[in-house]
Amino acid sequence: MPQKTVIEAIREGMDEEMARDPSVFLIGEDVGQRGGVFLASDGLYKKYGEYRVIDSPLAESCIVGVAIGAAINGMRPIAEIQFADFIAPAMNQIIEEAARFCYRTAGDFNLPMVIRAPWGGGVHGALYHSQSIEATFAHIPGLKVVAPGTPADAKGLLKAAVRDPDPVLFLEHKRTYRLVKGEVPDGDGVVPIGKADVKREGKDLSLIAYGLMLTYCLEVAEKLAADGISAEVLDLRTIKPIDQAAIVATAKKTGKVLVVHEDTRFAGIAAEVMAIIMEHAFDALDAPLMRLTGPDVPAMPFNHVLEEAFMPNVDRILAKAKELAAY
Amino acid sequence: MASVKMPQLGESITEGTISKWLKQPGDQVKKYEGLVEVITDKVNAEVPAPLAGVLKEIKVKEGTTVTVGTEIAVIEESATATRATTPSAPASQPSKPVVAAKSGEVPARAPAAAESAEGRTRLSPAVRALIEEHRISDAELSGISGSGIGGRISKKDIEDYVAKRAQPAAANGEQRQRGAGTPVPLSPMRRAIASNMVRSKQTIPHAWTVAEVDMSNVVRFRQQARDGFKQKEGIDLTFVPIIVKAVVEGLKAVPILNASWSDDGVVMHKDINIGVAVSVEDGLIVPVIHQADRLSIAGLAKVADDLAKRARAGALTIPDVQGATFTVNNPGTFGTVLSYSIIAPPQAGILAMDAIVKRPVVVDGDAIAVRSMMNLCLSFDHRVLDGVSAARFLQGVRRWLEGFSEQIPVY
Repeated sequence: MPQKTVIEAIREGMDEEMARDPSVFLIGEDVGQRGGVFLASDGLYKKYGEYRVIDSPLAESCIVGVAIGAAINGMRPIAEIQFADFIAPAMNQIIEEAARFCYRTAGDFNLPMVIRAPWGGGVHGALYHSQSIEATFAHIPGLKVVAPGTPADAKGLLKAAVRDPDPVLFLEHKRTYRLVKGEVPDGDGVVPIGKADVKREGKDLSLIAYGLMLTYCLEVAEKLAADGISAEVLDLRTIKPIDQAAIVATAKKTGKVLVVHEDTRFAGIAAEVMAIIMEHAFDALDAPLMRLTGPDVPAMPFNHVLEEAFMPNVDRILAKAKELAAY
Repeated sequence: MASVKMPQLGESITEGTISKWLKQPGDQVKKYEGLVEVITDKVNAEVPAPLAGVLKEIKVKEGTTVTVGTEIAVIEESATATRATTPSAPASQPSKPVVAAKSGEVPARAPAAAESAEGRTRLSPAVRALIEEHRISDAELSGISGSGIGGRISKKDIEDYVAKRAQPAAANGEQRQRGAGTPVPLSPMRRAIASNMVRSKQTIPHAWTVAEVDMSNVVRFRQQARDGFKQKEGIDLTFVPIIVKAVVEGLKAVPILNASWSDDGVVMHKDINIGVAVSVEDGLIVPVIHQADRLSIAGLAKVADDLAKRARAGALTIPDVQGATFTVNNPGTFGTVLSYSIIAPPQAGILAMDAIVKRPVVVDGDAIAVRSMMNLCLSFDHRVLDGVSAARFLQGVRRWLEGFSEQIPVY
C-alpha cells in the first residue's frame, strides 16, 4: 500500500467521492481556483469545474447555509470552513438548522452534508488559526463529529461522512496534514463513523486520544515500552457518536486510563470519556482516571514558548503516563 | 518484634505444614513454650517459642504448607498480654515507640507502619474484583508486596500473584484432561518423597550391583533362637537386625561407602548410622539406628522394633529421622527378588534385602543342595566410590552372613 499524507488522503477521498456520485460538490473559501488554503482540493476545480467546486464569499454562514439548502434538495455538499476558528459565524446554521433538521421534520428530511474544518494548534497559528472546536459541537445533539488522526482514517471517514445521511462535522488536524504519513488502502476503504480503533495493543494502561494527540500518544507508548510499560492506545476517530464499547473495553482491559486532548479542559471530551468509564467500568479501575488537556485559557497564544506550554506534548504525556503506571 | 520462621525439621526437609496453633494472637508465651504444631514428611513436631513475649500475629493459617524460613508468626518481646483490649490502649498513650519497647510497655503503633498499612488496605475496584474472583484470602493478600505508590497493591501485583499461584494447578488440569483421572492431593510426605527422589536421581549417578547370599545359617539360627528371644525380650527376632549387623561389618571394612559426596571432597562419617526404611500408611519413613556399630544384634533388634512401632504411630521425633549415613531397605518382606533402590541424599548407598527363597544350588564338592538364598542389591553413588569397593562391601556382608554361627554373640 502506498504511503500518503493526511492532506493527500483527504484530497483523494473527495476526488473519489465526487467521481462516484455527481451529487457531491465542494464549497468554501478559495477551494476552487486556489485549491484551498491547505491545497486540500488542489486540482479538483480543474477536474470537476466551477459548478462542483465552488469558491464562496468570505461568509461561513453562507457556506453552511448554501450546503443545507442543497442537501435538503438532494445534493451531498462538502462545505469547507477554511479554519475551524472561523466557524462561529455559521453556528446558527449548523446548530439551529443542520443539527435539528431531521428531528424538526420528524425524519421527513435528512441533511446529508459534510462540514470540513482544519483545527488544532502547533503551527504557530495563534488565536484565529489554532482552535479546537470538537467539544463545543459534540455537545449538540443531531451532529456527528469526526476527528481522524491518520491518512487511512481521514480518507475512509471522509467517504463515510459524504455517504452519511446526516450532517457531519469533519475535523482535520492541520498539524497532521503533512506531518503524519501512513499507508492508505487502495479502493473504497470506508471507515465507519462511530468506531474507535485500538492503534496499539497494551495491558498496563490505556491512552485515549484523537487527532494530533494520537500521534503523540503512539510515540509515548513506544517510549513506555522501553521502560517495560505496556500502553494501549485507543484512537477515538469519531467523537460523536462516541464508541462507548471500545472505551469501556480498554478501560476494563488495563484498569488505568489517561485521556489526552489539546482542547481546553472544562467539559472537554476527556470529561465525557471519563464519565463513560465511571458509569460502565468502575469495577475494573485500578487507578484514578487521568486527563491531560490544554489549559482553560481563552486561546492558543502566538508566542512560541506559550504555545508550547498550551499544547500537550510527548514529554508531558509521557510524564503523566508514568505517573499513572506507577500508581 | 521478633518473627518466628518455619524451622528446618530435619535434613532435606524443605517445607512444613502448620497443623495447629497452640497460641492465639494476644496470648502470652514463655520462652520454649509450645507455639505451633508442624507436620513435615517425616515428623510431627511442636515448635517452641524462641523468646518470651506476646504472640502478635499469626502469618500462616492452619493447614497451609510453607517453605522452610517463611515467617509464620510475630512475637512481641516481653510485653504484657493484651488479648481483646488492643485498640483503645494506643490512643491514650503518647507515641514513643523506641523507648516504650525497651521499658517493657506496649508500644503505640509506629506512625510509619500505620501509614503503610493504610496504603496497603486502599484497594482499587479492579483489585477488589480480582481478589473476589480468585478467592484470595487475607493471609495471601498480606503476603503480596505492593508495587504501586506507597506500597499500594496494584491490579498487576494481583495478576502476577494469581499467575504464580496457578502454575501447579494448571499442570494438574492438563494431566486431568489427558488421563481423565482425578488427582489425589499430595500429602506433605508424598511431596517430600517426590522431591527427594527427583533430587537424588538428578544429582547422584546411581550404580547398581547385586550379590547372592546363602542365608541358610542365618535362617537356621533364627528358627532356633526366635522363641527364646521373644520370651526374653518381648519382641520378634527378624532378619533386619542381623542384616544391619552384617552391613555395619561391611561398612567397617569399606568405610568409603559410609560417606557423603560434596564438591569440596568426600565426607567420611565417623558414626555408622543406619536408616531402616519403614512403610507407613501414606508413604515411607526412614528412622535411624544411631551408632549402629556400638549395638549388639539384640540391641539393634530392640532399637529397630521401637523405631518401626513409633514410625507407624506417627510418634517419631526429629532426631529419630536425622543423620543416617547408610540405608537398609527390606522389600523382600513383600517377595521381591531384585530391587533397585534410590539413594537418600546425602548418603552414598542403600542396600535392599530381597526375599529369602529356598533354591537348589551347587555347593562344595559339586553337590546340589537346597539352600535359603537371598539377593542383596546395592545402589551406590558412583561419584563417591567405584564398583570394586561396592563389590568388596557386598562380599564382606555376604561372608559375614554365610559364616553366621551360634558363636556370633546376640548380646
